[in-house]
Amino acid sequence: MSTRRLLAYVARHRRAYLTGFVLSLVSTALQLANPWVLRTAIDGIQSGAAARLLLGLAAAYVGVSVTGGFIRFHWRMRMLGAGRRIEYEIRNDYFAHLQRLHQGFFQHTRTGDLMARAINDLNAVSRLVSAGLMHSSNTIIMFFAASALMFTIDRPLALLVMVILPMVSVVFVLLGRRIHRQFERVQEQFSTLSARAQENFSGIRVVKAFAQEAAEIDAFAAINQEFVTRALRLARTSGVLWPAMAFILGTASALVLWQGGVAVVVGRITLGQLVQFFGYLMMLSWPMIALGWTTNLIQQGMASMRRLDAIFNTKPAIADPGARGARAPAPAARGGLRGEIEFRHVTFSYNGATVLHDITLRIPGGTTVAIVGPTGSGKTTLISLIPRLLDPTTGTVLIDGIDIRLLPLAMLRGGIGVVPQEPFLFSDTLEENLALGIEAGDGQRVREAAEIARLDGDIGDFPLGYQTMVGERGVTLSGGQKQRATIARALARDPAILILDDALSSVDTNTEEAILTGLRRFAAERTSLIISHRISTVRGADLIVVLDDGRLVERGTHDALVAAGGLYADLYRKQLLREALEADEAVPS
Amino acid sequence: MSLPFHEDEILGKAYDARLTRRLLGYVRPYRASVALAVALLLLTSAMSLVGPYLVRVAIDLHIAPGRLDGLGVVVMAYLGALVAAFIFRYANTYVMQRVGQRAMYDLRLEVFSHLQRLSVGFYTRQPVGRLITRITNDVDALNEMITQGVVAVFGDLFTLVLIIGIMLYLDWRLALATMVVLPLIIGATARFRVQARESYRAVRVRLARINAFLNEHIMGMGIVQLFGREAREQSRFDALNRDHLSANMAALRSFAMFHPSIGAMSAVAVATIIAYGGTQALAGAVSLGLVVAFIQYAQRFFDPIEDLAEKYNILQAAMASSERIFRLLDEPVEVADPTEPVRAERVRGEIEFRDVWFAYEPDDWVLRGVSFRIRPGESVAFVGHTGAGKSSIINLITRFYDPQRGQVIVDGTDARAWDQRELRRHIGLVLQDVFLFSGTIEDNIRLGTASITDEQVRRAAEFVNASAFIERMPGGYRAEVHERGSTLSVGQKQLIAFARAIAHNPEVLLVLDEATSSVDVETEILIQDALSRVMRNRTSIIIAHRLSTIQHVDRILVIHKGRMVEEGTHRDLLVRNGIYTKLYQLQYQDQEVRPVPRVSTPSGREKEGSERA
Repeated sequence: MSTRRLLAYVARHRRAYLTGFVLSLVSTALQLANPWVLRTAIDGIQSGAAARLLLGLAAAYVGVSVTGGFIRFHWRMRMLGAGRRIEYEIRNDYFAHLQRLHQGFFQHTRTGDLMARAINDLNAVSRLVSAGLMHSSNTIIMFFAASALMFTIDRPLALLVMVILPMVSVVFVLLGRRIHRQFERVQEQFSTLSARAQENFSGIRVVKAFAQEAAEIDAFAAINQEFVTRALRLARTSGVLWPAMAFILGTASALVLWQGGVAVVVGRITLGQLVQFFGYLMMLSWPMIALGWTTNLIQQGMASMRRLDAIFNTKPAIADPGARGARAPAPAARGGLRGEIEFRHVTFSYNGATVLHDITLRIPGGTTVAIVGPTGSGKTTLISLIPRLLDPTTGTVLIDGIDIRLLPLAMLRGGIGVVPQEPFLFSDTLEENLALGIEAGDGQRVREAAEIARLDGDIGDFPLGYQTMVGERGVTLSGGQKQRATIARALARDPAILILDDALSSVDTNTEEAILTGLRRFAAERTSLIISHRISTVRGADLIVVLDDGRLVERGTHDALVAAGGLYADLYRKQLLREALEADEAVPS
Repeated sequence: MSLPFHEDEILGKAYDARLTRRLLGYVRPYRASVALAVALLLLTSAMSLVGPYLVRVAIDLHIAPGRLDGLGVVVMAYLGALVAAFIFRYANTYVMQRVGQRAMYDLRLEVFSHLQRLSVGFYTRQPVGRLITRITNDVDALNEMITQGVVAVFGDLFTLVLIIGIMLYLDWRLALATMVVLPLIIGATARFRVQARESYRAVRVRLARINAFLNEHIMGMGIVQLFGREAREQSRFDALNRDHLSANMAALRSFAMFHPSIGAMSAVAVATIIAYGGTQALAGAVSLGLVVAFIQYAQRFFDPIEDLAEKYNILQAAMASSERIFRLLDEPVEVADPTEPVRAERVRGEIEFRDVWFAYEPDDWVLRGVSFRIRPGESVAFVGHTGAGKSSIINLITRFYDPQRGQVIVDGTDARAWDQRELRRHIGLVLQDVFLFSGTIEDNIRLGTASITDEQVRRAAEFVNASAFIERMPGGYRAEVHERGSTLSVGQKQLIAFARAIAHNPEVLLVLDEATSSVDVETEILIQDALSRVMRNRTSIIIAHRLSTIQHVDRILVIHKGRMVEEGTHRDLLVRNGIYTKLYQLQYQDQEVRPVPRVSTPSGREKEGSERA
């Protein structure tokens, strides 16, 4: 499965890979020509040839190397370039796929995990399709060509080399396995070490409160020591690798010198041929080492591709109706949404727990509805169903009388302005952030929205105004400023349905009052849903619904609910107490 | 392991005298080993250069004249040199690894120990991930520098000098002729080094940008989708990705050009040997073996030069890492111990605040002139609205922070005159969000205090009603706590926290008891009972959330907006009909009807009560 996806990428660049392969053949042929030049020179010197021949050979040597180098350049550019392009394509596809996935996916997948796949796994795949493919093809070509030429020079000598050189690969594989195991043990200890540090830093209050610093240092030192022990154990094994390679290759040279010398003396080959043979021997050493190395690259790359594939194979649970075969009813597509919302027997379960129980609620277009209830009662889940961030487990949500699952997502969400609980802004300019939901360049709408959200004053105080960068590399906005920015962002969309999820919690009461007044004008012709803990925010709503433990327990106007003396009345009474406490500046006693 | 995309890619010089001096300090204890490693490296270089020389001997003395006797000896010498090179090279690698690992051990422990001395305030400012990167990856970069950088540079230089020396010794004219291309090669390598560094840096910076974008957009994917931004974000991502691709291609190009051009220049050297050396050999001025040996030396010439270029990058990364580590090591200790601290075997447990003013951020006062005195053995509850400053009082008694004005006095002595750890040994702290370490239940009660016996652990657990559920667990006290205690209920974790405090037998007990989520009725009864037991016979200060607690303490202190506003017993205060009465109605009254209340999560400063930094 993962092979198929990867092959599709490779196949798209087959021209580059094929050209690269041909270039690699030519460059190998040229590389193999040089030892022959040397041989001719040595034999020429020995037989007392003309000096002109040597000059010609020297020129040939340079010519072959320069041409070979030129071809090698193009070979590398083709093959490695194709690999880099594939990396680029996979990265783009990865992001595009993530953008299609539903919110539920992001809730149960850690960001760090998705990032690790985008960084480490993509890197491994990239190395597979660039260096891995390039070297494995070149290694094979070089191996067969050089050994064939060795056999044409002298069979016994070539056989000797064929016995010794594969030991390089054998040692690489055998040691490699051991190194891999010991490396895993080192990595394991590395994780233990960082986990321990993480625990200590996260629990520093407990560490300090119980005066455990010395004990913690001792424990950390022990883990640190074990890390050193394991790392040195690895060093003892891995330290053998390169010296062993050098040793085996050197041994091959020494034995060729000996047996080759004998062959020259008995007249089986010339001295020049011996030198030529040495040349091929040197050329074979890299392919022998590369064999083990590329095997690793390919294995790691395949494993990483499988991990990427796991994401690619995740199907978006919430998609456009077209994607599911159903067609959106044509009339709804025209003129946008009017804003009448209806929940019909909606139940929502998550991980086996029922978050919403059989909610039925009709919100006429143009009204303002407030949703209140204790933390965890299901308010945010309820409003998340409207823009289809979540789909109900059973039941239906309708807008303007149409099941929202039949509406194109762009149209549905295009008519809704959401201000989420956690004010999330991107690291960009304020202008860009506020214009997030509209076509760029409509500065007028952004400014009006900022005015209603009471953000205009703050923006005026920033030296760069709307061009101020926010986030890590810019100014840090206060909680209240962030909330007002997210309100402005939603208002700028001019939505038929406005949803505020506890969006005024960090805003002081005076500003809140001002924003609410502005909103009332703004909200006159649209449907608004407001979640809030503050009675002052919700008391003016046309309808207040009270959720408790996922059930709709009360509904009515403020006055009616206060008179009813239920959960809402209780919340109201506490709110009054809280306000009294907050207003109390008196310091008796 | 942490992902490096949040680290800014600011790479400075590869050599910084100040940093290098400080770094060398970590290698100094192992200078004998380093000297040994350098010696081994020199021997390795020498032994691996013996080969071509012996080829010359074999050709000139045996093969060319056709005298086979003695060829075996030359080959044996060759093999001997190979064995020696193998041993020296291996020994060098191991010795350097050992030095690197030891130095890394020292540095890592020093960073960790320093972090243990830094105040809680420091931890609230620093993301934990960053600290972990310092102690893991950054320390690793230094190891890389020690094992592959410093000493290997000597090795490369030595190899180069040795090859030049041998060639000059064999035939100085031919040697000079061969080396005509050397300046070119060094020039090309230096140019390439600069180019490669720049292009790699561009690749890294752009990759970091991509990853920052990706990270942000994964976190804000809901917003992207709600605002229908998918197509536009895709094209922005594509632009970043394309930038990275073009930087990658540029880097690729400079690499793909470098190797062939070095190859061409080395071909010029070999060609020189063929033409000039060959002509000399024809004239009988030099031997054939010498020509062959020269060709072999010339081919080895370029490895150390290329190698040196690569070392530069390692050094540069190490400098950047050490800069970051040293900045952390230089972080001042905010809550410091006095030079001659007060010590006491037992304390009476008298706590006094004298006109204490305290702010986490300058001028944002959380406590405004708070004064009170708590007698030894007295039980006191602090009551106040969210953000009133209750948990700050606990932060000051434990000396997690120092007040800006006024004094915190323990047993008549200013808290700042105590050794922090000594002071805290007498204070038990139970926080609401119980932090459990990986390890067993027993480990979590005892923590690192080895003097607490198994028997004491069990008695402590029994005393706070925790023994019943612990003994029911598979493995009992030795049961492993998984994932910070995710298998334990909130109530069980609170009981373990009580046991932890009791096992350490403090004279003063601080309990931050604010409800975060509901606890089942049975456990709630156990907790209430445990709480009243642990408060007996010691000074107890409770940030109370349970009605049962405030009804039974000796005294209630009411904090409002950073000031002490009322005090007295529950009954006295209720009658007064002041702030306490309102607080009572808001926070406690419901518990009379519902013993297990649902309370919204505390917000703002009250999160200070979490055991997580």
